[in-house]
Amino acid sequence: MLQSQKPRYGEKVIQGLLAACGILSVLTTTAIVISLIGPTIGFFEIVPVDEFLFGTDWTPQFEPPSFGVLAIVAGTLNVALWAMLFAIPMGLGAAVYLSEYASPRVRKTVKPVLEILAGIPTVAIGFFAASFILPEIIQPLWPGEFLGGAVGKPFLALAGGLGVGLMIVPIIASISEDAMSAVPNGLREGAYAMGATKMKVATRVVFPAALSGIVASIVLAISRAVGETMIVLLAAGSTPNFTLNPVEPIQAMTAYIGVTATGDISTGSLDYKSVFSVGTVLFVMTLAMNMVSIRLVRKYREVYE
Amino acid sequence: MTQDESRTGRETREAAAERAAIAVRPDEFQHRSAGSSKEKVFELKGVDVLYGGVAAVKGISMDIHRKDVTALIGPSGCGKSTLLRCLNRMNDLIPSAEVQGELLYHGEDLYGPQVDPVQVRKLIGMVFQKPNPFPKSIYDNVAFGPRILGRKDNLDATVENALRGAALWDEVKDRLDDNAFGLSGGQQQRLCIARCIAVEPDTILMDEPCSALDPISTGKIEDLMIELKEEFSIVIVTHNMQQAARVSDRTAFLMVELDADEDNRWGRLVEYDETEKVFTNPSDPRTEDYVSGKVG
Amino acid sequence: MTGPGATAPRNRLAVAGARATTVAMLRNQPRRDVILNTLFAGMLLLAILIALAGLVALLVQAFVKGAPALSTDLFTNPPSTAFPEKAGFRPAIIGSLELIAGVILFVVPVGIGAAIYLEEYADKSKWWNRVIEVNIQNLAAVPSIIYGILGLAFIVRGPLDLGFILAAGSLTLALLVLPMVIIAAREAIRAVPDSIRQGSLALGATKWQTIRSQVLPASIPGIATGVILAVSRALGETAPLLLVGATVFVTFDPTPFGSDGYSAMPVQIFNYAVRPQEEFQTLAAAGIIVMLVVLLAMNSFAIWLRNRYEQRW
Repeated sequence: MLQSQKPRYGEKVIQGLLAACGILSVLTTTAIVISLIGPTIGFFEIVPVDEFLFGTDWTPQFEPPSFGVLAIVAGTLNVALWAMLFAIPMGLGAAVYLSEYASPRVRKTVKPVLEILAGIPTVAIGFFAASFILPEIIQPLWPGEFLGGAVGKPFLALAGGLGVGLMIVPIIASISEDAMSAVPNGLREGAYAMGATKMKVATRVVFPAALSGIVASIVLAISRAVGETMIVLLAAGSTPNFTLNPVEPIQAMTAYIGVTATGDISTGSLDYKSVFSVGTVLFVMTLAMNMVSIRLVRKYREVYE
Repeated sequence: MTQDESRTGRETREAAAERAAIAVRPDEFQHRSAGSSKEKVFELKGVDVLYGGVAAVKGISMDIHRKDVTALIGPSGCGKSTLLRCLNRMNDLIPSAEVQGELLYHGEDLYGPQVDPVQVRKLIGMVFQKPNPFPKSIYDNVAFGPRILGRKDNLDATVENALRGAALWDEVKDRLDDNAFGLSGGQQQRLCIARCIAVEPDTILMDEPCSALDPISTGKIEDLMIELKEEFSIVIVTHNMQQAARVSDRTAFLMVELDADEDNRWGRLVEYDETEKVFTNPSDPRTEDYVSGKVG
Repeated sequence: MTGPGATAPRNRLAVAGARATTVAMLRNQPRRDVILNTLFAGMLLLAILIALAGLVALLVQAFVKGAPALSTDLFTNPPSTAFPEKAGFRPAIIGSLELIAGVILFVVPVGIGAAIYLEEYADKSKWWNRVIEVNIQNLAAVPSIIYGILGLAFIVRGPLDLGFILAAGSLTLALLVLPMVIIAAREAIRAVPDSIRQGSLALGATKWQTIRSQVLPASIPGIATGVILAVSRALGETAPLLLVGATVFVTFDPTPFGSDGYSAMPVQIFNYAVRPQEEFQTLAAAGIIVMLVVLLAMNSFAIWLRNRYEQRW
């Protein structure tokens, strides 16, 4: 009555194909690492590592060229700094409001609208930053010669910063609001029963309880800010500049890669290899931040599930 | 080792265990099919089920007969569902589950190395506690089984027969294309029974099929069970003793047993006999306590 | 806090709290609290309003700046630096459509396949499956320009050596958005209750039959939504394409395997946007309007799809 087990080859083949699809992700990461490592090593055969990692002059086109990566790392961090200074208050403010104050109807309409911001192509945000934020907001409002003055400069770190900031507000708002909503109501009710005001509950009870999710969102946002290309390319400039001054043009790592790899360079030249060494720095930085963020998100999800 | 030798060997070991644990006398009820001349569908001999090395049921020995309704009753956690799921190898889906002992189906080893669990489940169907119709039309729900079996000719007739067999045809014959989720709980459960019947199994296992339903639907399904046993062998797990008394021919009573330190617990078969006897004149005092409501 | 002794201080606190609440309800709240609370709420509201204002400003500015250039020419004419009044986006539009087609062709089978493997077949306790999972989460957050580098080194040159063709750009974008599709597909598959699988298996279906006939059909709405959102993302990406050959100036209609170069909407917009002349700024803005309209339509469709077909268990 019970037939002997047929080997069911079809099932095994299907399982194999599916596993291959899964393994592709590992292959992709491996490919990224491999594509970065080769030319990077070639780069370091010519340029000493300490000059690269600690130099502050990034002038590849000069004779002799100087490859101090800190100049463009500073550019990236410059933009990221102003982006976060804008995005953190806006994002967290939005999150607290949506989670603790807004009626369900308001939340249902506002949340998707904020998500739209996340879906806007970066080239559009970059265009907005360069053609509106810079001339119509920063230049008129900047106090005269403060920090070197803003008027007249076609590219500003601050313009790129505000553009990137606008782009990442939804990341902070969305993940933080998720984390705050996940805080059990029992905690809030306990505080209210003791006579706490809404503000106190939001800041002293909910916020600390959701802290790991909030921090995760901020770390993820920094990672996105660091990895962003088009906005900095359009609004912040292509001048390597070792400074955190917002009203100066700078060049971010991503912008350098974008400009150089599309220019006329030959494979194997030092310029070509520099693209990969900068890419390695970028990849390592964002990888570290992403791992931290993923850990934190898992932590806050575990606590309440 | 013959049956007698193993029995004595077990007795000596059991005698030692008895001093430390609550006693049970599995041997007396081993292969107790006195009075039944019907063919055996399942023969269980010393079946243990372990999850991750920890026993959930131990030493189950009983025979289940053809076209009987066999009820498994007992308090929560005594392993009734675990035992039921062994009969159609659904425990295979749990990676840490292990079945030991001998389990024969029509004389063949159900867990033999050459046996295909998929084939087993075509012969031994299952109805679950919470009705789980597929999110498809009523027709497609019932037709699913025959379709994957390749029995596609006369599908309409197969579906109609299955729905009639589940006492659902009259209620749904005009809306076979409606989504199954639109049916009431009781109707959904009868749909699941129809789905099961459509595959033409030889046995149907039911895991507390009425516990999620209202009394009227429950009554309909109990009547259905009595009809179904003309064609199928049925094994039902139930918490409802009146139900067991009403519909089943034979009843098995399981109970939880603790080991000496009281950290491990597993289910044991306490008594297995004709239903009337189990409910009116049980041999074991624990059975008496349970069926009279004193315990459990 | 456990044990009978601990309830004494808790009781006192509770009583004090109840009294404070009653007092607060019956008497006016202290003025300071009211002011602080209103200010706080006001600041929060301001935060949202600023963010929304930014969004609105972006949309309005693009529309105002680009409206003059909106015409059918935009869709039919090739780009031109000499005659900006007659310039258009035609090759870029066609390029984008072809790129997206390629992305969908790759991402749907591979993404769903990986999701099925991870949810239905992979033994979660085995380390290699956890590696795959972490990999996917990580790849979802890698900067897009790194994918451009990957494309340059591996697809355009390197092992695949396809050259600077549209298919290479398509594959690069596909790898970029693949993690998004996998994550969305996994969630959709995970949402299918186990009771459905058990019911199917109990009827004698094999694992693959169960997946193919029950699990997948039930998760299609969620998967479709995920694919559409991934495709929207791919549509708007510029940086990786810059590195894999989406050249500035393509005046003919690109083809997937043609070696004369190709273009895409965001790249063309970028190339107009970096030119200071007003006409090109207008063209860039017009291109942005077109892209935003398409993306809005796609995302609305995705949301409609999810609401209409979502399985409620």
